[in-house]
Amino acid sequence: MALLQIAEPGESAAPHQHRLAVGIDLGTTNSLVATVRSGLSVVLGDEFGRPLLPSVVRYLPDGQPQVGYEAQEAQALDPRNTIVSVKRFMGRGLADIAHREDLPYHFHDQPGMLRLITAAGPKSPVEVSADILRHLRLRAEASLGGALIGAVITVPAYFDDAQRQATKDAARLAGLPVLRLLNEPTAAAIAYGLDNAAEGVYAVYDLGGGTFDISILRLSRGIFEVLATGGDSALGGDDFDHRIYCWILETAELQPLSVEDARMLLTRAREAKEYLTLHGVAPISAQLKSGERIDLKLSTEIFTEITRTLVAKTMQPVKKALRDAGLSISDVKGVVMVGGATRMPQVQRAVGEFFQQAPLNNLDPDKVVAIGAATQANLLAGNRAAGDDWLLLDVIPLSLGLETMGGLVEKIIPRNATIPTSRAQEFTTYRDGQTALAMHVVQGERELVSDCRSLARFELRGIPPMVAGAARIRVTFQVDADGLLAVAAREQSSGVEASIIVKPSYGLSDDEIAGMLKDSLLHVKEDAQQRALKETQVEAQRLTEAVSNALSSDGELLDADERQRIDDGLIRLRTVIENNNRRQIMLAMDELEADTKEFAARRMNKSIRRAFAGRHINDLDASSRLTTGEYE
Amino acid sequence: MNFTADHFALFDLPRVFRLDSGLLEQRYRDLQAQVHPDRHAAGSDSDRRLSLQWATRVNEAAQTLKSPLSRAQYLLRLAAHDLGNGAPQPLPTDFLIEQMEWREAVAEARAAGDHHELEHLRHRLRHDIDQRYAEVAELLDDRHDYPQAADRVQRLMFIEKLVDEIDDGLAACDP
Repeated sequence: MALLQIAEPGESAAPHQHRLAVGIDLGTTNSLVATVRSGLSVVLGDEFGRPLLPSVVRYLPDGQPQVGYEAQEAQALDPRNTIVSVKRFMGRGLADIAHREDLPYHFHDQPGMLRLITAAGPKSPVEVSADILRHLRLRAEASLGGALIGAVITVPAYFDDAQRQATKDAARLAGLPVLRLLNEPTAAAIAYGLDNAAEGVYAVYDLGGGTFDISILRLSRGIFEVLATGGDSALGGDDFDHRIYCWILETAELQPLSVEDARMLLTRAREAKEYLTLHGVAPISAQLKSGERIDLKLSTEIFTEITRTLVAKTMQPVKKALRDAGLSISDVKGVVMVGGATRMPQVQRAVGEFFQQAPLNNLDPDKVVAIGAATQANLLAGNRAAGDDWLLLDVIPLSLGLETMGGLVEKIIPRNATIPTSRAQEFTTYRDGQTALAMHVVQGERELVSDCRSLARFELRGIPPMVAGAARIRVTFQVDADGLLAVAAREQSSGVEASIIVKPSYGLSDDEIAGMLKDSLLHVKEDAQQRALKETQVEAQRLTEAVSNALSSDGELLDADERQRIDDGLIRLRTVIENNNRRQIMLAMDELEADTKEFAARRMNKSIRRAFAGRHINDLDASSRLTTGEYE
Repeated sequence: MNFTADHFALFDLPRVFRLDSGLLEQRYRDLQAQVHPDRHAAGSDSDRRLSLQWATRVNEAAQTLKSPLSRAQYLLRLAAHDLGNGAPQPLPTDFLIEQMEWREAVAEARAAGDHHELEHLRHRLRHDIDQRYAEVAELLDDRHDYPQAADRVQRLMFIEKLVDEIDDGLAACDP
């Protein structure tokens, strides 16, 4: 007879249950989803075993959008409704988009982020990205057989706050809890470093479909420390395609083209680029709608010549990042190549010449980012195994500041500061009796506000009337581990907490997201309420596991009454989880969170002492009953 | 250990200017390995909030102690000799004239895009700075002469700014 396992209150019945988490590389050209299975990171393919999902979404007048290969095949037929490279539009206004006259879309300029007018109505880039993410979520859930606890989603290291926030919003729309936004080159470094037990300073050169990143990292004893990062969030393989496209137009002396012809020639340009990776000459043949035929031959020499400035453009951020890290070329032990566009021979050659060493190409440049993201997702979800105690220290790519008098920028947080980070700065009033202060948050390296990206406008109200210069207004910038900024402000001298009104000058408001969520659910074969309940249940499950684990490792930090209250809360939450009543579950979660707040603080103190354990045991608080033997 | 402990206590290091940077680096890593948000991602909301606060605190402390200028400023602040406290002492004329000469030389080299000259100036300045920090170390750690140290630190603020200008110039020179 099998013995029944009976769990004590506060003990998880299945303490080592594997939590389903994935890493997603949301790329300009292709996207991937990967997970850790039996200790190995694997990319999850589609039903035909294809690992990549083309980042292409086609909107039809009604019904669900087409995503991936199906949409990609339709792009020359239906270019207006088939969105490619949407990543380039994330967190961007129309004025930010280069070569937009060559793009087949109907744009609608909206304050903050542009919209694309499709057969299914106006779509924000966030919604289009959400459709790609949802597709990958469903693929992963089908493959892994359950709801995901969360995902690590990668972003270019050089993405600014607006672009990061847009990516997080897209995940929210797609019903994916975000465990972390991870920088793409850092994800690649994790995959490479763990695979090769690398130690020393490495550069990651990441040229994707639409973005370029360079990161300089120091790898030592299980720590991945980003020293500096740089890049160009609007430079990638797409631009090489565009150069070939322009060369075709010039060489064949073509008249202005229809959007269908233009899209078709851009596809031919991409194919020629890929062909030149392994061949010296690429044939380009096409027939225009007018019946006109094009037959050209593009040689490697011409291709190298017409893209020389693009390759050179990647070297500026490389130099800057090295300088920011305080290092020279001779300090770099290896250069890891990431992104499909690094397959181009002229890119390989230029990087090799600059660093005076052959670049490292031993990982699949298309998959390495997703693999690294899956590894981190596994760790963040709490599936830690022996040897998984590596740590990642990343940085913010661009300085954050406030507008001051005369349209100048006062930098508050410098670029390449290790995150999470926060800085506070004091400001004052300049008029007698002034009761409000307008603040403008910007991101970028230039001295003038007009050259930086506007992130948000704040108004601090309710400052008590004082003479000019008497108020002390403390503005705090906090950047979290996702690289996302929160700003708080308060007036100090009077002790009065002043209120803040936030008017985001980019991105989507919560109302807009709620509206999109409703719209998207109308078209998706999922019951919205069912989905919300499932999400809450997963969240509640996560909380009970977190608290149970905390009790089993640090239960001695509680007295009997405290312990009893938490045990009761756990039992209550476990009981209501199965009831399918979302409100009840949320209430029980709130209660348990409140009852464990003090416990969490004591545990944090304990782990800080642990960092010093074995050094000055006598100095430590004796009440925690610490012994060195407790720790590894 | 509490959240308001000073930066030196946080890393369990003596409150001195001549800091063992290797030890600081190691203790910084040991602490982040415990408090970093990645280590608490599977925890409750309270866990995650505390982790964000502590990791931020540890980064801020490490940042302050790593750079000799901000470390000296911080030591002065702990000794209640904050440079922002009251009006700063006027700097002697010969120092100011010397600074103006340096500044002119840098501006000239920048205008001419003279990479070589900028490197040369940087090298000379670096040497000067190293000597000044040796003096600051003596004033702070051995003689505990905070008013004198504050004066030297104020000068170093000028000179470090000059180095930043040279670095900007070198960046602009890049082909």
